[in-house]
Amino acid sequence: MTATVPVVIPKNGTGKSPKRRRRNRGGPAGGGGRDAWLLVLPALIPVVLFSVYPLLQGIFLGFTDARAGLNLPVNVNGIDNYVKLSGNTLFWSSFGIGLIWAFSVTILQFLASLGLALLLNLDLRMRWLARTLALVPWAMPPVIIAIMWRLMLNPTYGPINQSLRAVGLPSDINWLGNASIALPVVIVVGVWAGMPQTTITLLAGLQNVPTELHEAAAIDGASTWRRFWHVTLPALRPIIVAITTLDLIWNFNSFALVYVLTAGGPGGTTMLPMLFAYNEAFRYGDFGYAAAMGNVMVIVIAFFLFFYLRGQMRSRNS
Amino acid sequence: MTTITTGTTGTVGSLKRGRMIARPLQYLALVLYMIFLGFPLLFLLTTAFKSSRELQSPTAGFLPTSFDWDNFVQAIDKANLVTAAGNSLIVAVCTTVLVTVIALPAAYALARFRTKLRGIATGWILLSQVFPFILIIIPLFLVLKNIGLINNLAGLVLVYTVWSMPFALWMLQGYVAGIPVELEEAGAMDGAGRLRTLRTIVLPLLAPGLVATSLFTFISAWNEFFFALVLIQDPNLQTLPLALARFVGAEGQVQLGQLAAASLLATIPSLVFFLLIQKRLTSGLLSGAVKG
Repeated sequence: MTATVPVVIPKNGTGKSPKRRRRNRGGPAGGGGRDAWLLVLPALIPVVLFSVYPLLQGIFLGFTDARAGLNLPVNVNGIDNYVKLSGNTLFWSSFGIGLIWAFSVTILQFLASLGLALLLNLDLRMRWLARTLALVPWAMPPVIIAIMWRLMLNPTYGPINQSLRAVGLPSDINWLGNASIALPVVIVVGVWAGMPQTTITLLAGLQNVPTELHEAAAIDGASTWRRFWHVTLPALRPIIVAITTLDLIWNFNSFALVYVLTAGGPGGTTMLPMLFAYNEAFRYGDFGYAAAMGNVMVIVIAFFLFFYLRGQMRSRNS
Repeated sequence: MTTITTGTTGTVGSLKRGRMIARPLQYLALVLYMIFLGFPLLFLLTTAFKSSRELQSPTAGFLPTSFDWDNFVQAIDKANLVTAAGNSLIVAVCTTVLVTVIALPAAYALARFRTKLRGIATGWILLSQVFPFILIIIPLFLVLKNIGLINNLAGLVLVYTVWSMPFALWMLQGYVAGIPVELEEAGAMDGAGRLRTLRTIVLPLLAPGLVATSLFTFISAWNEFFFALVLIQDPNLQTLPLALARFVGAEGQVQLGQLAAASLLATIPSLVFFLLIQKRLTSGLLSGAVKG
C-alpha cells in the first residue's frame, strides 16, 4: 500500500497554528484526556495487534531459524543469519541492484517532476490536460502499470519496437529480456509510475512560493535561471527533502511493479531486495533468513536517510 | 511591468526577448512530457479495442481500424476475472467502511483533544513507511494462519484496514482541524447536546473530507498487490490485481487485447474516484499539515 500513500507536506510556518489548548468543551473539566482515549482506542487496538506487534516480531524473527511449516521449533540463533548473509553473493548483488534502482528512480523522478511542476506552474495552454495526464498513473494499480508497459515493450507487437522499425532502426530489441538493458528499462517504468505524486507535491510547493519575491528579483534584473536558483529552490527546499526522502524509501521497498514486469529476471538483473526476500520466505520457506534480509534493508535505508537528512539540516543551518 | 520607468527598460526588454525564446521551448517540453505520460495510456486504450488479427499483424497502424468490443466481452467472460473483481469489490468496500467508522471518532479526538497520541500517531505513520513489508508480512502471515484467516477475504480486510488506518486518520484529523471550534461552541451555547452538535454541525462540514478519505482508502485497497499475493492462494478468492498478474504469465502472452481490456476495466474505479477527489486530496493534506 506504500506506493499510493499521499504525501504530507511539511510547512515552514507551522507557527501560524492558533495556540488553542482548550480541552474539553462541553464535557466535565479534566475528562478530555479520557474521552480522547476512548475515541482513539478502536483505532489503536487493531493497529497495535496487526501492525506494531508483527513488525517487532518480524525484527525478532531475523535472529531465529524460523521456517515455514506447522509446529516447527523456532530457535534463536543470534547472528547466524547475518554471517550466512554476508557470504551470500546473490543477496549482495540484489542489494546493489536495489540501491541502483532506488537512487536512479528517485533522482530521475525528482528531476523530471520538478521540470513538469515548473511548466505546470506557468500560464501555458493545455496545462489542464498535462496535469490530468500527470495524475493518472497515481490512481492506477501498480500491477496494471506493469502490464501496460509489458505490452508497450513487447518485442514483436509493442509500439516501441514498431516505431523503431518505422524509422528504420533496429527493432528486435527484447527490452525486458535482455540482461544488459532490463534494469535501465525497468527504471524508466519506475519513473513513469512515481512521477505524479512527486510532481503534484512539488507543484503544491511552487504555488506556495510568494510571488513578491520573484517580482522583486526580476526588477533587480535577476535572470530566470538565477531567480530559480536563488528564490524558487530555497523556498522549495523542505518539500524537496520530504518528497525525495519518501520516494527513496518507497522505491527501495517497492515490489509489485518489478514483480509483474520481470519477476527479477533476466538472470537476476532486476532482482530487487524485496523480491529476493519474498522468494526466500514464500518460495523456499526460510522465514528467519528472509526477516534477517529485511533487517539489513532497514539498517541500510536508515543509514542513507540519516546522512541525507543530517546533511540537509546542516546546510539549512549554515 | 509596464509601469517601470525608462531606466530599466533594458532589463524588461531582455526579459521579454527571453520569454519570446522561452515560450516555444516551454511548449515543446510540455508536449514531450504529455507524450511520455500519455502515450502508454493511449496505447492501452487502443489495444483494448483492436481485434486479435489486427494485434498480431506487425504492419497494423496505431489506431484500431474499427472499435471492437470483443476483447471486453471475452475478458468479462473469463469467469475468474469476474470473481476476482467481485472479491476486490468486497474487500475494498469492507475496508473502506471499517476504516471510516473506526477512524472518524479517533480523528476527531486527535484533532480536538491535543494529547500525546497525536505525536505517537504521526511517528507511527512515518516509521511504518521505512520498514520493508517483508518484515511485517511474515509474522502477519503466521498470526493470521493461527487464527484461520489465511486464504480468507476477512483476513485481507483486516490487514488493509490496519494498514490504511494511519493515513486515513491523518487526513481526517486535518479536515476536522479545519472546522472552527467556535461553531461547536455556538452549538453548545444554543443548548444542543454534544452528540447533536456533532451530528448537525461537524458532520455536514466534514462530509467532503470524509468522502475523500473513504475514496482514497477504497483506491488503496482496490490497487493493493503484495499482501494479497502472500495471503490469498485460493484462485476463487484472489483479488483483481492477483488475477491480472497471473493472466499476464499464462494467457496474456497471446491475448494482448483481452489483457489490455481487462486492465482498462480494472483501472476505471480507482481512476474515477481519484479524479473526483484529487483536488481535495492535495489541499486537504496541505491543510492537514498546516493546521494540524
